[in-house]
Amino acid sequence: MRDVAVIASAQRQERSIDNESEVEFMVPLMQQVKESVGLTQQDIGFTCSGSSDFIAGQAFSFVMTIDGTGPVPPISESHVEMDGAWALYEAWVKLQMGEVDTALIYGYSKSSPGSLRDVLATQMDPYYVAPLWPDAFAIEALAARQMLEAGKVDHQRLAEIASRARTHAATNPHAVRRTEKSVEDIMGEAPMADPLRPSDISAAADGGCVVILAAGDRARELSDRPAWIRGIDHRTDAHTLGVRDLTQSMSARIAGEKAGVGDDKVDFAELYAPFTTSEYVLTEALGLGDDVVINPSGGALGAHTMMASGLIRIAEAAERISRGDGDRAVAHAGSGPVLQQNLVCVLEGE
Amino acid sequence: MSDDVLRAPLVLEYPFTRTTGPVIGGFLTGLREAMMLGAKRSDGTVMCPPLEYDPLTAEPITELIEIGQAGEVTTWSWAGDPRPQQPFEQPFAWAMVKLDGADTPMLHGVLVDDADAMSTGMRVQIQWREERTGHIADIAGFVPETGDAG
Repeated sequence: MRDVAVIASAQRQERSIDNESEVEFMVPLMQQVKESVGLTQQDIGFTCSGSSDFIAGQAFSFVMTIDGTGPVPPISESHVEMDGAWALYEAWVKLQMGEVDTALIYGYSKSSPGSLRDVLATQMDPYYVAPLWPDAFAIEALAARQMLEAGKVDHQRLAEIASRARTHAATNPHAVRRTEKSVEDIMGEAPMADPLRPSDISAAADGGCVVILAAGDRARELSDRPAWIRGIDHRTDAHTLGVRDLTQSMSARIAGEKAGVGDDKVDFAELYAPFTTSEYVLTEALGLGDDVVINPSGGALGAHTMMASGLIRIAEAAERISRGDGDRAVAHAGSGPVLQQNLVCVLEGE
Repeated sequence: MSDDVLRAPLVLEYPFTRTTGPVIGGFLTGLREAMMLGAKRSDGTVMCPPLEYDPLTAEPITELIEIGQAGEVTTWSWAGDPRPQQPFEQPFAWAMVKLDGADTPMLHGVLVDDADAMSTGMRVQIQWREERTGHIADIAGFVPETGDAG
């Protein structure tokens, strides 16, 4: 395997970005991250993005955003209709092939003009489920009740996850839910999607994230402390909710094993957990103990930019590694109803 | 937001027609006839609603069998404020219901007055719409079991 590292990132997340289009708010981020390592678009070997036409409300919406990279003369690029973390995976594979040494990855969305929880119903089975328009909160609530009634988790634990996420998010300038709240106050909230309370549910945001990957010595040239990708894997569970055990994640467990999460001590983990229940399921699936700091950024409970939140987990973990806040981190991205798809990445400093 | 921002409605449409094939189409035709069909999987279990392939082994599925119209709630969530697109006018409960004769639960609504009427493990039965078109919403919802055919 070729050594590949995250060497730079930039992100922006706000409750709603009203007067800028996706391409308008992504251009400055792309410029900022390239300038931070002294590269121009022509120095980038491969460019890959993740976004969703269902959120943009427009077919081939990603094409306009490619213009934001400055693709003249023509560049080598690709796009996934997935969170930007899967675009990063594609770029990592491209770097493994050895033909290029650098890659630019970005993921973004502007969900505020619509109702994200309803738009997400369109990812469900198109014949049996989507026509009923179950919103994303209701679907997670079905899983949450099973976890609670099976005694796997209780409201106290979920409130502790929510409270800690808020405390962490309060220190993150990119988070949009930055008010601290005690476990007791969260336990007192009225359910929003019974049994889930408002603090159990992520804080939707508009925005995006841009990451640069570099291989081998190119990474060492461009960064004082690259965050090396020591393992990366993604897996998927069945699409049909009825054939899955919603109280655990087989795909996250396998991805974690393949990425080598348990091979050494983990200092902290950035997990894409759009609900407190998702975080519980992921810590179990990845075998993360109480000694691991979970979501020091506040995670998706602090700011959830659809199509970018997974990539942001990788960027947040890499930035902490590069700063020296830890030596070994797990970054996770998820997608689909009740975390159907899971990507796990292990990052290490040298 | 300032007043000089141009606003325009955007109606998203995907004007495609799809054929549903022998398995999904068979299930939907069953709905039109007020009949519930499940698919027999290679391990002998029955999946409802049926897919054309086994989601765990990827084996093709060809055999549909009739199953019951009542079953058990395996989990639920109260929907106190139905979303505008949903085919439910009154507050209802989302539920996964495992029909008699099936081994996997299906998602639909349970039509009860309030969350106090819901519990995991409760027995429910299908309430059919009078006019059925071969659509998942031909099932108006589930109601607590009375023993009378819906």
